[in-house]
Amino acid sequence: MSTQHESIEKLKSEALRVARRALAAGAEAAEVLIAEGRELEVKVRLGEAELVQEAGSRALGLRVFRDRRSAVTYTSDFRTLDRFVDDTVELAKLSEPDELNTLPDADLLAKGELPELELWDDKALDTSAHDAQRLAIEGEKAARGYSPKITNSEGATYSRNVGARALAILGRNGQEFAGGTRGTYQSLVVEPIADDADGKKRNGYWWTGSRFVNQLDSAESVGREAARRTIAKLGAGKIPTATLPVVFDPDAGRALLGTLFGVLSGGSIYRRSSYLLDREGTEVASSLVNIVDDPLIPRAPGSRPFDGEGLPSRKNVIIENGKLLTYLLDTYSARKLGRKSNGCAGRGIGGSPHVTSSNFIMQAGTTPTANLLNGIARGLYVTDMMGFGFNATTGDFSRGANGFLIENGALGQPVSEVTISLNFDDLWKSIDAVGDVLDLRTSTACPAFRVAKMTIAGK
Amino acid sequence: MIATAPTAAPIVSPFHSVVDAALARRLLAIALSHGGDYADLFFEYRVGADFSYEDEKVKTVGRGITLGLGVRVIRGDATGYAYCEELDERVMSETAKTAAQIASTGASPGPTEVKPVLVPDFYPVAVPSIQELPAAKLELLRRADRAARAADSRITKVICSFSEELKSIVIASADGKLFRDEQPLMRFGVHVVAEQNGKRQNGSSGGGGRIGMRYFNSPDEVKSAEWHGREAVRVAIAMLDAVEAPAGEMEVVLAPGDSGILLHEAIGHGLEADFNRKETSNYSGKIGQRVASPLCTVVDDGTTAHSRGAINVDDEGNPGRRNVLIQDGILVDYMHDWISARHFKRAPSGNGRRQSFRHNPLPRMTNTNLLAGPHDPEEIIRSTKRGVYAKRFSGGQVNISNGDFVFSLTESYLIEDGKLTSPLKGVNLIGNGPDVLTKVSMLGHDFEISDGIWTCGKDGQSVPVGVGTPTVKISAITVGGTVGGTKA
Repeated sequence: MSTQHESIEKLKSEALRVARRALAAGAEAAEVLIAEGRELEVKVRLGEAELVQEAGSRALGLRVFRDRRSAVTYTSDFRTLDRFVDDTVELAKLSEPDELNTLPDADLLAKGELPELELWDDKALDTSAHDAQRLAIEGEKAARGYSPKITNSEGATYSRNVGARALAILGRNGQEFAGGTRGTYQSLVVEPIADDADGKKRNGYWWTGSRFVNQLDSAESVGREAARRTIAKLGAGKIPTATLPVVFDPDAGRALLGTLFGVLSGGSIYRRSSYLLDREGTEVASSLVNIVDDPLIPRAPGSRPFDGEGLPSRKNVIIENGKLLTYLLDTYSARKLGRKSNGCAGRGIGGSPHVTSSNFIMQAGTTPTANLLNGIARGLYVTDMMGFGFNATTGDFSRGANGFLIENGALGQPVSEVTISLNFDDLWKSIDAVGDVLDLRTSTACPAFRVAKMTIAGK
Repeated sequence: MIATAPTAAPIVSPFHSVVDAALARRLLAIALSHGGDYADLFFEYRVGADFSYEDEKVKTVGRGITLGLGVRVIRGDATGYAYCEELDERVMSETAKTAAQIASTGASPGPTEVKPVLVPDFYPVAVPSIQELPAAKLELLRRADRAARAADSRITKVICSFSEELKSIVIASADGKLFRDEQPLMRFGVHVVAEQNGKRQNGSSGGGGRIGMRYFNSPDEVKSAEWHGREAVRVAIAMLDAVEAPAGEMEVVLAPGDSGILLHEAIGHGLEADFNRKETSNYSGKIGQRVASPLCTVVDDGTTAHSRGAINVDDEGNPGRRNVLIQDGILVDYMHDWISARHFKRAPSGNGRRQSFRHNPLPRMTNTNLLAGPHDPEEIIRSTKRGVYAKRFSGGQVNISNGDFVFSLTESYLIEDGKLTSPLKGVNLIGNGPDVLTKVSMLGHDFEISDGIWTCGKDGQSVPVGVGTPTVKISAITVGGTVGGTKA
């Protein structure tokens, strides 16, 4: 029995029809992605609705190959689809022959039943705009009621996206694939504001999100946690410039992990724009660091049954005990590097497939999270970072940071307006403790962890 | 096959035949059928294309089309928003009905008449780039690639890209006005990697605006394709010798042009009136007060000809304008959209912008400039004992509530005894908006507008913007390097 939904079957057959049309127009191979979705976003502020947005959308992305040349196009204008396909095949003449830029080999494409990953919740659509508004109001009310120190609000937002997509691939060298998937996701975020003594305003937020409605935290608990985090920032300020141990909260650590993904992706390697070039098989992080990319985790936000080029999804161990085992590759970057894709292609409507992470996870370690601060006489606990201070080619890293001073193993005064700096190679190698709690709410996820020392620039 | 025709087939917006005043009036009547104070329609037809060149080959050619209508209904401070992606009147009417749900009492009269309004054109382009044959753009990429490779043998990678769009919009509002605009936009960039003795560095340069291909054409001219190729090489080669940057508070001199990013982050966002209407900005309630050094006059100017941030009309039907925000250090105005203008009981300032028909408008910047001051730029550097000279940037970010901002440098130099010395590794500056502008101690007479490369993100919406500054000296700001920290 198929678990595929009938709307997916319809999208798949439409995608195959367009692919056949491209072949009829002279293409040797074609790849078609159709995505449709519905969004609901309800934002409230100070107890009143501020925005209610509801809409559906549909778009098609097309990549065609002809004489080893290619073109990539997209449209949301379905009135003139056949002409659009013909124009795309014509457009391919403008590119230049590239032996490597062709569809994946036929034997690499996914075959048979796709894995069932539980990405869809029938109950998601039961939440009406009215319900969403009620939840957002509850969340904001809990934040404002938490303490009189909460003096204002950026509001609370409930968002829901439901969507389906189908990918069809047809090529004269025997390539044939048609796959579809659908998913739901909803989230609630609450953003309170507190007035600080120095006239500054302090903002904070907290959120819950899941593919499944019944896995969301209660609106009230989200609002209270948002308020608690906001109030904790009152009195934040600079600290003197120093070199100190730094503990990253999972929210901040995730950003570092996302940055690491960028320099591990095949595209940055063959473009020689990664400090991790030629480093496979070597130590690139402390032996406490284990990182996987796993698209097959049921219900997880980044899961996918096949990759953006129709290859079967697979779990890849990227870093094991600090040693880099493999880059993340799509077909083109793999060929550029003389090897085979490991199924890490993503595909959006607007462009060619390229390497994306699925669920990119730094595994939990053995240090109880509460003990990460132990033994730190003076250090910095980073809760969030600002800016884009990373040079992928050299690994030089410098970003704005907010958080708390660590004094004698405990959190102290809130800190803001400082930067933290260290070359990324040294940063990952000097991780000396990894927390034991991993929260899989986000597709890039890590536990809290500690870096032996970084330069903190302040006053 | 190519040489015979000067342009590709013209792009014809489907609105010319379908979208007229009568249709707008019918849809606005539906939008207001449940009550509501205001409504508008935003029709958008966007054709975009992109080309990339890598390893001395055309790597990608792409083209995309988006078409849609966004309907907005406002009741009090609440917005109902819906959009559709086809021009079938039945579907458009349903969309208007969905947006109308925000209001629930009675019905408001729609406009009795909708009339086209003409606005001046700040970006007349004889032939929008997207209507030129693709071969012209591929040639541009080849020229930049050749110039970059020829500039230095240490260059191991060159990636050139060109992206362009032509956006046709029609805006109709409940006050009976209908605007049409055609917005051309293009952006060109070169990225290179240089390698020497096992060290690798990168460099980038790019430009563009609401202009035609002519902009890049002269091979000698500054900002030609070749110039950008050589400039990217210059940055990468210079950075091969970069040393660790200092850490801590010190004097910083900002180069003219791109440094406007600091202004955009440090003060621009805080002056967007939605934050001030909600009193969530540091600048709330500060009109008439000193917020910057008396040297500083800041304007937001949607009328700068052909610039990336220019708009003939904003995305809710208000003509583009030049607005003075800070005059001689005193805060005089915020930037408004329709909702905030009504809240502050004033006319909109032409800053209501949106990413696309899928997004509701917000107060946004256009081209944000710090005007020229009295000082000689060389004197500004000479007067600096020890500090950082910031020349190129990859971007910035601000926290609106407390005004803290960061700002990432990709090309910067140490200043020692009034002279530029070592290039510095990538580093961040971090400061506080209201604080940093009071620390502007010298301002050059060399005002420059950044080339058209910047995109601003807010609430998940991206819009093209411009920035401009002269040379600026800031007496103290935190530099986030690694040298100079004391051990714990």
